[in-house]
Amino acid sequence: MKTSTRVLSVLFSDRASLGFFGLLAAVAIVVPVLNLAVPASSPLHLSSYVVGLLGKYLCYAILATAVDLVWGFCGILSLGHAVFFALGGYAMGMYLMRQIGTRGVYGHPVLPDFMVFLNWDALPWFWYGFDRFWFALVMVALVPAALAFVFGWLAFRSRVTGVYLSIMTQALSYALMLAFFRNDMGFGGNNGFTDFKELLGFDLQSDGTRSALLVSTVVALAVTVGACRLIVASRAGRVIRSIRDAESRTRFLGYRVESYKLWLFVFSAVLAGVAGALYVPQVGIINPSEFEPINSIEVVIWVAVGGRGTLYGAVAGAVLVNYAKTYFTGALPEFWLYALGAIFVGVTLFLPRGLAGLVPAGSRVE
Amino acid sequence: MTPPTPPPHEGRATRDALRDMREAAAQRKPSVLLGKVLYLDKLTVSFDGFKALDDLTLYVDPGELLCIIGPNGAGKTTMMDVVTGKTRPDAGTAFFGTDIDLLMLTEPEIVEAGIGRKFQKPTVFEFLSVFENLELALTDDKSFWHTLVTDLTPAQRQRVDEVLEIIGLEAKRAATAGGLAHGQKQWLEIGMLLMQKPELLLVDEPVAGMTPQETERTGELLLSLAGTHSVVVVEHDMDFVRSIARRVSVLHEGRVIAEGDLDTVQNDQQVVEVYLGS
Repeated sequence: MKTSTRVLSVLFSDRASLGFFGLLAAVAIVVPVLNLAVPASSPLHLSSYVVGLLGKYLCYAILATAVDLVWGFCGILSLGHAVFFALGGYAMGMYLMRQIGTRGVYGHPVLPDFMVFLNWDALPWFWYGFDRFWFALVMVALVPAALAFVFGWLAFRSRVTGVYLSIMTQALSYALMLAFFRNDMGFGGNNGFTDFKELLGFDLQSDGTRSALLVSTVVALAVTVGACRLIVASRAGRVIRSIRDAESRTRFLGYRVESYKLWLFVFSAVLAGVAGALYVPQVGIINPSEFEPINSIEVVIWVAVGGRGTLYGAVAGAVLVNYAKTYFTGALPEFWLYALGAIFVGVTLFLPRGLAGLVPAGSRVE
Repeated sequence: MTPPTPPPHEGRATRDALRDMREAAAQRKPSVLLGKVLYLDKLTVSFDGFKALDDLTLYVDPGELLCIIGPNGAGKTTMMDVVTGKTRPDAGTAFFGTDIDLLMLTEPEIVEAGIGRKFQKPTVFEFLSVFENLELALTDDKSFWHTLVTDLTPAQRQRVDEVLEIIGLEAKRAATAGGLAHGQKQWLEIGMLLMQKPELLLVDEPVAGMTPQETERTGELLLSLAGTHSVVVVEHDMDFVRSIARRVSVLHEGRVIAEGDLDTVQNDQQVVEVYLGS
């Protein structure tokens, strides 16, 4: 097939891509082996804690890639992508809550604990269907997509751009955070969802399930980066970069700029939702703090640190900054926010192209 | 897209006539029965009482290269604005061929009909390559889904190559547009106009800021375009006008005060007065 050769040539033509996908494949094979097959007494053994941590970083990497796609390539500085991430997480969380069944504290066969606690006698209508995995998966993509579509349609059609758009996305995060904090929203209020038992019948506490989730996350990251690469390498990708650099000029050439921005934004929101859905079973909790405006800003910092408009840089930035966060919050908890600020200022001043700017120009991907 | 409200002028077209015009515009085949590609008749545009165009009558023959000169404020830019639909005149008519009434069409429709305009300041996409800049300007389905899943057809690729050859940038096809010299950017921009296969090219001060070599090359380019396209050049640089012009129109205070070959025009008493102020 001609199309398939084109796809392969886009994905694997350069050394950076080969290295990236090779590294992901290695992680997907080596980490589960070191965790499951190597005995705990061996120095090569990887603890389940590390597996979970790695899974979390890679979920953030998917989120960072989603932000890089709209910000780095189309100039849409979204400070609200944590919203889509959290919505995907909540959709998965609803499924996991329904799977608890009678094993909850109150042992109610249908209602999750928090509903029993609030004296509700029936499941709200929007919880219907979440006992089925496929339904939850559809919602993981559909809910962020629908919100992104409505928001994007209104914002891009009104030609809201630049800092105004960023502020609106922050307002969206804040509004949704306040809404999800309310108990009568039906999403567990302040506490959110936790105490999950199993996914598709597999015990979430078991090492095997954790490794399987890590592998799923690696696959999702590979698909995400691959899909984004295909988009930015297509003719549409060149139109998207033209919009970033000279929006009105692109419009004069006859391109419907709003429609390009809208579909890219919706796709990016779906990616963020998938990242959230993979994140929740691995960290075991989702609550409204995921909507906090600062979270969305942190994602932008990861991308800036890695290098915007490079995709691989976003992945590297997400993993490295979060590794630093884990380290600092363990070693010097008071110091972390200052360190994050310092990293951001340092990168802006000395590495305006991010870590990706350190890669020699010849092998760089743009 | 809602049709623009037809401005009041003589012989207001009926809805059917408007539709026919749109169809003709869409098919980009202006009939040249009158022997003119562009026919501007008694155009008047005033801004707060100031007449930017005052009974301007001007025509362009198929395949000719017309130079328009005139001092600042003579109405050159306003004339181009009227032709491209940016400004609506208070009175007068503007026809593209015999059957396309430009005053009835919106700006994008006029582009579709086959009139391309190059502004003075080059606005190429700096981060894309020369080839990609031309690709972007290609006449094609410009929807997101279409550009996402399709690649250029061999015919479209060939069209880009043709234009690269015309503008003399074959060797630079893979170079980033931002790294081009000023003159090369201008040629690339002309190339982007050519991608849309315009019948009529309006070119605003093409050689401003160019080196003598670039100016010469631009003159050759514009001359090579005449014949297959009609070209209207607005320019201040008299040496450049001398090197390319066959016919020159001199604008002053919104009117054409002289017309003909450059020597005739330069010896015209009124032109001398306007330019030398004596």
